Amino acid sequence: MSLTAKNKDTIKSFWAKAAPKAEEIGTDALSRMLVVYPQTKTYFSHWKDLSPGSAPVRKHGKTVMSGVAEAVSKIDDLTNGLLTLSELHAFQLRVDPANFKILSHNLLVVLAIQFPDDFTPEVHVAMDKFLSAVALALSEKYR
Amino acid sequence: MVEWTEEERSFIQEIFSKIKYEDVGPKSLCRALIVYPWTQRYFAHFGNLYNEDAIMGNPEVARHGAVVLHGLDAAVKNMDNIKSNYAELGELHSEKLHVDPDNFKLMADCITVVIATQMRASFTPAMQAAWYKFLSVVVSALSRQYH
Repeated sequence: MSLTAKNKDTIKSFWAKAAPKAEEIGTDALSRMLVVYPQTKTYFSHWKDLSPGSAPVRKHGKTVMSGVAEAVSKIDDLTNGLLTLSELHAFQLRVDPANFKILSHNLLVVLAIQFPDDFTPEVHVAMDKFLSAVALALSEKYR
Repeated sequence: MVEWTEEERSFIQEIFSKIKYEDVGPKSLCRALIVYPWTQRYFAHFGNLYNEDAIMGNPEVARHGAVVLHGLDAAVKNMDNIKSNYAELGELHSEKLHVDPDNFKLMADCITVVIATQMRASFTPAMQAAWYKFLSVVVSALSRQYH
């Protein structure tokens, strides 16, 4: 299920609209993930406050979204482009890759909330494919 | 048995009071057929599903989208007996329609996205959690009859 040229165009132009709100999107997606899928909280036991919009959630939402931005810029070769991030997730963070799907879903929900008219079925499928491809690239170094 | 808090119950009622079946149903099914195109396997008899425009303009898809959303009525009206109330529908999907139960999750995700576009910020994280729990219970009830 690789990204077509049309998918890539759709992703880049939608991302141009979303990028200015990246921090807000990241914060909301993470907040939702922690509330709706409480098992994901296990990765953040070192945070003082896991409530929606808290300081650690904001900071980390920003971090996650800069990763997404990097992925957009390296959309033509995600596996190589995200090698360092993959090593981080595989060897240090050791996040179970099943959770990538969960965060992706919450990102899509937030994009739907923020851009109800722009997040058409065509944009939805392109973004879903993109986030799946990013998840795959992040899983590259796991085993 | 599934336990629901008063807050969860009121969230579910609130969502259903705000959405229009004839709108959310068709939009959700269209999204499923477009975002997860393998789901089209169950709708070969709907005619033209060739591209996004065809799907979104297809009256059978629209009609069926509303049918699927109405399928949630039994759950909303009686949240304490979802498992038993969906036995028949579950058997229909398994024995007659031969739908892979993984598709229920895909449909649930599409309904959630459509609701998000409509309710926007009022679809809070807590509300999303209740909604996810509600749909998970329905999906589980539908999947129970498969053997």
